[in-house]
Amino acid sequence: MPLNEHGLTELISLLQKKDITPLEIATDLLSAVNDKDKVLHAYLEVYGDELLDVAGRITRDGSFCEKPLCGVPIAVKDNICVEGKKTTCGSRILEDYESPYHATAIEKLIASGAIISGKTNLDEFAMGSSTENSAFGPTRNPWDLERAPGGSSGGSAAAVAAGIAPAALGSDTGGSIRQPAGFCGVVGMKPTYGTVSRYGLVAFASSFDQIGPIAKSVEDCALVLSVITGGDRKDATSTHSLTRDFTRSLEKGLEGLTVGIPKDFLKKNMDAEVEQNFDELLNLLRSHNVPIMDVSLPHSGYAVACYYIIANAEASANLARYDGVRYGYRAAEYDTLDDMYARTRGEGFGEEVQRRILLGTYVLSAGYYDAYYLKAQMVRSLIIRDFESAFEACDLLMMPTSPTPAFKLGEKVADPLLMYLSDIFTVPANLAGLPAISIPSGLSGGGLPLGIQLIGPPCKDETVLAAAYGLEREIGFDRKPNVRS
Amino acid sequence: MGKYEAIIGLEVHAQLLTKSKMFCACSTEFGGAPNTQVCPVCLGLPGALPVVNEKAVEYAVRMGLATNSKIAKNSVFARKNYFYPDCPKNYQISQYDTPLCSDGALYVGGRRIGIARIHLEEDAGKLIHCEDDNCSLVDMNRCGVPLVEVVSEPDIRTPEEASEYLQKLRSILRYLEICDGNMEEGSLRCDVNVSVRQEGSEWFGTRTEIKNLNSFKAVEQALHYEIGRQERILLEGGRVEHETLLWDSETGEARIMRSKEEAHDYRYFPEPDLLVLEVPGALMKRAKSAIPELPDAKEDRFVRDYNLPRYDAQVLTGSREIAGYFEAVEKALGDPKQASNWIMGEVLRELNERKIDISKFSVSAEDLADLIALQKSGKINMPTAKEIFREMVGTGGRAEKIIASKGLEQISNEKEIEQIVLKVLDAYPDEVSSYHAGKVKLLAFFIGQVMRETRGRTDPQKTASILKAVLEERR
Repeated sequence: MPLNEHGLTELISLLQKKDITPLEIATDLLSAVNDKDKVLHAYLEVYGDELLDVAGRITRDGSFCEKPLCGVPIAVKDNICVEGKKTTCGSRILEDYESPYHATAIEKLIASGAIISGKTNLDEFAMGSSTENSAFGPTRNPWDLERAPGGSSGGSAAAVAAGIAPAALGSDTGGSIRQPAGFCGVVGMKPTYGTVSRYGLVAFASSFDQIGPIAKSVEDCALVLSVITGGDRKDATSTHSLTRDFTRSLEKGLEGLTVGIPKDFLKKNMDAEVEQNFDELLNLLRSHNVPIMDVSLPHSGYAVACYYIIANAEASANLARYDGVRYGYRAAEYDTLDDMYARTRGEGFGEEVQRRILLGTYVLSAGYYDAYYLKAQMVRSLIIRDFESAFEACDLLMMPTSPTPAFKLGEKVADPLLMYLSDIFTVPANLAGLPAISIPSGLSGGGLPLGIQLIGPPCKDETVLAAAYGLEREIGFDRKPNVRS
Repeated sequence: MGKYEAIIGLEVHAQLLTKSKMFCACSTEFGGAPNTQVCPVCLGLPGALPVVNEKAVEYAVRMGLATNSKIAKNSVFARKNYFYPDCPKNYQISQYDTPLCSDGALYVGGRRIGIARIHLEEDAGKLIHCEDDNCSLVDMNRCGVPLVEVVSEPDIRTPEEASEYLQKLRSILRYLEICDGNMEEGSLRCDVNVSVRQEGSEWFGTRTEIKNLNSFKAVEQALHYEIGRQERILLEGGRVEHETLLWDSETGEARIMRSKEEAHDYRYFPEPDLLVLEVPGALMKRAKSAIPELPDAKEDRFVRDYNLPRYDAQVLTGSREIAGYFEAVEKALGDPKQASNWIMGEVLRELNERKIDISKFSVSAEDLADLIALQKSGKINMPTAKEIFREMVGTGGRAEKIIASKGLEQISNEKEIEQIVLKVLDAYPDEVSSYHAGKVKLLAFFIGQVMRETRGRTDPQKTASILKAVLEERR
């Protein structure tokens, strides 16, 4: 088996035994990228030279296991800043922009001995659910090249699924880690809001954005999350609790946990295949005597609407800085200052980004603020309260990650509302800032992976991971896509 | 038709004297080479996040406490959205519906001027327009420097009162040591809102806003200009438009910057990158303990304890440093009125002429007290004392030394004066004859000659009486 078919934990254990070296992993990864990524387009940039340099150096001096990640390569979504490297956010407007600094999560990864393998593709500014909104072309799903890998962290999910990155960082604003993880048959975790510093994550919607891991297993996710977690003086919204080792309590599994099912919310929104898979999982849990109960999330029907108002409002301000004045793309010809702004942004941003900026600007405008933004914030409070009362009765919620398996490229781009609804099961956790994970739960009739999502109360990331670890073992999903170049 | 009255409100921006910027660690120092005091945060680079400077919060709380404002336990930062090249994020982090301080006041000439709110925000960068007018450069050093915006209630009624209010505000900011109040360098900036209405009326007229007022004089001039303009419009039966005007102090006119139609919709919303701003008890305590005796209290004390006229007390307490200087002189001298006269006259004139601050003044309070004491004792006369003072300002020397080295001691010895008088009269026999013939006004001439002879060191009264006596003898 090629080295990169292994997960992070396995690689580290092989490295610790000196059975393999970082240089072998790096070489193997680059050859796999060479093989597969021409068709997949998971990477926007591969740091081939640096990867070989660093891996070579630590292989030669034998220092590679002095740090926990032992020189394993990790891919990074291209909306997270790496010093001296392009951070395009999948946008023309930042096509040539190089970040002068590392994101905090990147500093932590490097300090823990990881090597950044490159930047992965994404929907422009993380706005989308299919990676088709990338200005640099879509990523293909390794399970079916005609299908979308999901989004917006589609590049990271596809890279991990195809074995061209042992693990990757993504960002999740409304499901952008979990949905592509589900579509690609890998594990993706969105931690509690504030767990991972957002410093250096290019903002889409600040009160939702969270960096998280995408990997081959729950244990791998727990390992990466342990490294990147922790309060950061540079991010006022990060939580200053102690850095936790999320791998420690995985063995607890589902023991002693009650799982809540928001049946009413799910019924209306799942397609038949997803529902069937979900019922099988419930039976699996019952057969292992895991207590299951119905819970109610009465306001979750408004979650998508509420999310698209608040997230776009924040985005309209967050993306205002891309104006052609100081960095990034500037229109070649213009008359006045206003004309320069208009042309730069009209030419530099893609259609979906412009749509969201317009929507966000509208809901904040005088005369509309109360009816939209303020009302949506109230609904957000109600949704948070829904979760609070649900978690009084159960420890975790379980629901499908997405209402359907991976859809075809081009299938939903013409209908933004249809696209937005593919986030219906993921946005509630972002609205409430909750920890949520997606793990593979089987294959559809068409051979596409399905994902199941576990959501926990705030700061119970450890419980969510442990439960997912237990469920992962019970499901025993071991299929891999076969990417033919 | 009755008289018109003006309704005036001021919005004052004051740069806080923190070492670092509002939301990052960059230096706030003025005058650095362009774009040398910047980082990803104040440049608004992708992925950078703001973090609140606690010192700036403490300074703003000081201002709130000094103006008897309510300090909000929880206040909210908000994004004010507008596109301009000196604003790198194209939104300014400010405060909107929940400011840090509200409902305060200060007093001007005994009148209460309400302060609606005091909030924290970040300054913008500076645009430099090139001479060939086909390019503009931007310097981001100032970008992110902390500001407090102090918004008055529309309680001000005249341009003069507006200027006095601004002076009082500046004085308080400087007493608190939170802003240097330098209007030329732009660390204190003022916009005014003004409308006019018929005296006694209850309704408010349409107001205009005037920006770019960077001196007390500009505030007064612009208000006179705008009040006159609005009155003329109303007298002619016209309607004042809600506009934003830009004051040009060169021409003494205001021109339209934005019409009502062009008014911005700033789309304020809570800043999601920052938590609700809490004022911890410890910070409140620090702010409280950092508040010194303020101008009004000091003025009252100067009147009460030093028996100074109200006007003297007001001038002396306009600056905390001047007030301190006065108290030091008074302490060494024991004569408040003399100390006040010298400081309000000679010292303030020197400071104004040299455009320096009292802290940079070369004459120490003790040395000034010595000088005044020498004059009071009669050792030197007043003109000489003033001459010595100028010498002290120039060289930083002490009065006694200057007197000794230049031989400026007053000649009070009558024998000595008589010798000089005799010499002068011998030199002007014709004038002496005229005097004796009844032209007594010539006495002043003789005094002048004696003074000339002694370079002003003789006691003028003694000189006059000796002159008269000798002239009588010679009759």
